[in-house]
Amino acid sequence: MSVTRRTAAELSESLASGETTSVEITRAHLDRIGEIDETVHAFLHVDEEGALAQAAAADARRAAGKTASPLDGVPVAVKDVMATEGLPTTCGSRILEGWIPPYDATVVARLRAAGLPILGKTNMDEFAMGSSTEHSAYGTTRNPWDLERIPGGSGGGSSASVAAYEAPLAVGTDTGGSIRQPGALTGTVGVKPTYGGVSRYGLVALANSLDQAGPVTRTVLDAALLHEVIGGHDPRDSTSIDQPLPDLVGAASEGASGDLTGVRIGVVKELGGEGYQDGVLTRFRESVDLMVDAGAEVVEVSCPHFVHALATYYLILPAEASSNLARFDAMRYGLRVLPEGIEAPSAEEVMRATRDAGFGEEVKRRIILGTYALSSGYYDAYYGQAQKVRTLVSRDFDAAFERADVLVSPTAPTTAFKVGEKVDDPLAMYLNDLATIPANLSGVPGISIPSGLAEEDDLPTGVQILAPALADDRVYRVGAALETLLLKQWGGPLLDRNHGLDAVEGAA
Amino acid sequence: MNDNLLSFEDALEKFDPALGLEVHVELNTASKMFCGCPTEFGAEPNTQVCPTCLGLPGSMPVVNRRAVESAVRIGLALNCEIAEWCRFARKNYFYPDMPKNFQTSQYDEPIAFDGWTEVEVVTDDGSETFRVEIERAHMEEDTGKSLHVGTSGRIHGATHSLVDYNRAGIPLIEIVTKPVLGTRDQAPLVARAYVAQLRELLLGLGVSDVRMEQGSLRCDVNLSLAPAGSGILGTRTETKNVNSLRSVERAVRYEVQRHAAVLESGSKVLQETRHWHEDTGITTSGREKSDAEDYRYFPEPDLVPVAPSRDWVEQLRSDLPEPPREKRARLQADWGFSDLEMRDTVGAGAVVLVERTIEAGASPQAARKWWLGELARRAREDGTELTDLSVTPDDVARVQALVDEGQLNDKLARQVFDGLLAGEGSVDEIVAARGLAIVSDDSALGAAVDNAIAANPDVADKIRGGKVAAAGALIGAVMKEMRGQADAGRVRELILEKLT
Repeated sequence: MSVTRRTAAELSESLASGETTSVEITRAHLDRIGEIDETVHAFLHVDEEGALAQAAAADARRAAGKTASPLDGVPVAVKDVMATEGLPTTCGSRILEGWIPPYDATVVARLRAAGLPILGKTNMDEFAMGSSTEHSAYGTTRNPWDLERIPGGSGGGSSASVAAYEAPLAVGTDTGGSIRQPGALTGTVGVKPTYGGVSRYGLVALANSLDQAGPVTRTVLDAALLHEVIGGHDPRDSTSIDQPLPDLVGAASEGASGDLTGVRIGVVKELGGEGYQDGVLTRFRESVDLMVDAGAEVVEVSCPHFVHALATYYLILPAEASSNLARFDAMRYGLRVLPEGIEAPSAEEVMRATRDAGFGEEVKRRIILGTYALSSGYYDAYYGQAQKVRTLVSRDFDAAFERADVLVSPTAPTTAFKVGEKVDDPLAMYLNDLATIPANLSGVPGISIPSGLAEEDDLPTGVQILAPALADDRVYRVGAALETLLLKQWGGPLLDRNHGLDAVEGAA
Repeated sequence: MNDNLLSFEDALEKFDPALGLEVHVELNTASKMFCGCPTEFGAEPNTQVCPTCLGLPGSMPVVNRRAVESAVRIGLALNCEIAEWCRFARKNYFYPDMPKNFQTSQYDEPIAFDGWTEVEVVTDDGSETFRVEIERAHMEEDTGKSLHVGTSGRIHGATHSLVDYNRAGIPLIEIVTKPVLGTRDQAPLVARAYVAQLRELLLGLGVSDVRMEQGSLRCDVNLSLAPAGSGILGTRTETKNVNSLRSVERAVRYEVQRHAAVLESGSKVLQETRHWHEDTGITTSGREKSDAEDYRYFPEPDLVPVAPSRDWVEQLRSDLPEPPREKRARLQADWGFSDLEMRDTVGAGAVVLVERTIEAGASPQAARKWWLGELARRAREDGTELTDLSVTPDDVARVQALVDEGQLNDKLARQVFDGLLAGEGSVDEIVAARGLAIVSDDSALGAAVDNAIAANPDVADKIRGGKVAAAGALIGAVMKEMRGQADAGRVRELILEKLT
């Protein structure tokens, strides 16, 4: 089997056995990127030299009898929203064109310390605003299952890179579903950890109270391995949880037996039905049935305030984002545009011209929304009210988790749509995150794993498993169990059934 | 444009002033409010910066615990309640010297609130005490500093601007009073006394350098007038950057006179920001407050709430230094100052300076003599404050020690102060560099004495004839030749040895 087809856990084993080297593995992935990324466009920047140097260092360590972590030498792709010292970081925006951060995000520093060569930076919707990567200022990433379709977003680049075997692992960020929804649409695994479980230091903030970085992989075990590398307390992030991570790899291994005896699965009544594609719901019900067969007990739970989650989210997110994005003013870094027809422009005029030219339509839309929601006289009605609903959503979760160990739903209401289909209809675009947003509002962890292909379009669907805050191990245990049951049913990984890249591979 | 002014006396006959003071204090913590960068004053521009205080994308703040401690101690010293739980908030507005284009501050949840302090004003017939209610004291970060390059030094007419972010993120405490009423003609003095006392209190707490000329204490003066006896509050103006004690007094007086003239003419006072001009002693209009900026405050999502435990607060309370007024009474007794001496010392804002000078080894009277005499005169000449002089209590104690040892006299000591004010180095360096030490070496003095005798044979004869009092003239001649640096006692002995 080609090196790029292997999971991170398999690569780790082959490195340990001496069968291959990190340089070989890294080279193979760089070649794969060279072969298909012109078509897929998962990467905004590839760091061939840096990745190979880190791979060589990993090999040297191993030759000396030392390893930095179980994933030492296994390459990774990083969403372009994370600061990487010496590597461009654009967040998919023109306004950060040419910015090279002088520091590493904590997640990136931990990847480097654990010995994972960084292949490059992956594409995303501008400042993580979107569900398709169509809002990237640098072009849309294509879904490896169908190049006419979007890979989901905002982290479509990370998910597509993993689905297309350009990287065995990637890291993303999830503010309202930006890891899980692309996971569902590309047939990959994505995890949003408990809020505060992974440091946000160095992540260019979209909405600080919602953002969370997490793993993007092809298997649940790989996600657990990567999560253990990037997670844990960071004194640079005041909102980071000051306690050890649960044993995630242990939980994934335990779940892999496929046994769910005694586990209470809560099906959220409000996350299904109207607005959900038939094929998505069919695959979801099958997954629930498989879990029941494996010993799980199913209860239906109601979370009545989830119907307000989307509206709440679209007040809190733009409010925080409008303030976060104020710093892009051409004074210190990034793009600087001088206004036309003004002889000696003032700082204010330069700021205006730069922000006009540097931000895309969706970003401007949300800055305006957020500025309005925070304005004097509107604050209580919008931002203040949204915070109250947020509390109610959390109470819904609390009540539901009294009756169930985990909650399940389809990850996204539909399969991947066509490029251009929803880009001019913001509300239709926002609906993609209907099922994923409640977890961000209350900070609970969630995983999306592939649940099959929808009958009507043969495109991947995903199932989402949510657990109470701090119980990230539960999503790994139940996720790994369902993965085992599904693989048995399919007779192999879902991605083996993808032929969307055949033409490109043949041509190369 | 010159404002019309009513005389101060007429203004106070017709109107009651209401004062409000907003004081920003830079804390003297070793590191900044939300990052580990050093806070030293005067470093090369943009050398004390990091991703966080530069507001680089992705950076995050972490609260400086020592700054919270200082805020709590200031709150306690001002008899405030300390919040059990409070948050930081973002104050959103665009300005090039603000790296994130929002200031991390506190809004409706200040760490300290509802306090008071009493200030004493010296009047013709004794003293009068006023109670100043404290509305709140909250924590925030400082901005960077803009330097407008061009002839005027102001933004208009500048060819370009430079920004130094060393100051960005330095911890600030903003202390806001409630309207201070009933001060009448004492309003300017009450304002001054409040700021002077606040400075003394902050120095005593050791939380700030409170050097107004370096901007570590900055004062905004709010003032409004209402018809005498009406008991209402008039429209206020906010005069920014009034950065010396003397200016606080002058600015209040000026605004009282200006408001009174506006109101007397039948116009309305415009609610606005005013700029204070130290050189001309007037205020000019800044931006109007009527289209008040909307700062879109909301809780800072990158920080967790600050929740000072009651045990910790009580611990800090029990460790507070003596309050300024009690302390003054004790010091007066310790130092043996008369009421008048003590009042002058307080009035000059010199209590802490005198205290530190005594701690450094000088006698109380010597410390008082230098600070309220020579140094007060220098400060007046420069239009500045004692604490803003580049002379420290240690310097004064050292000078006095040299005087006590006979190595300096008062005249030479004044030259040492010249050197200190000119930034020529330490006391000992200045004495050495300027060659100021008194000469008591007999060989050097002997030659000068011989010269004096030779040049004044008639005086010498008088002394030989027994008129010892005439020695004064010869001593004067010797001192002149030695440029004042001779030990006068030894010179007298040498003259008498040679002539009798």
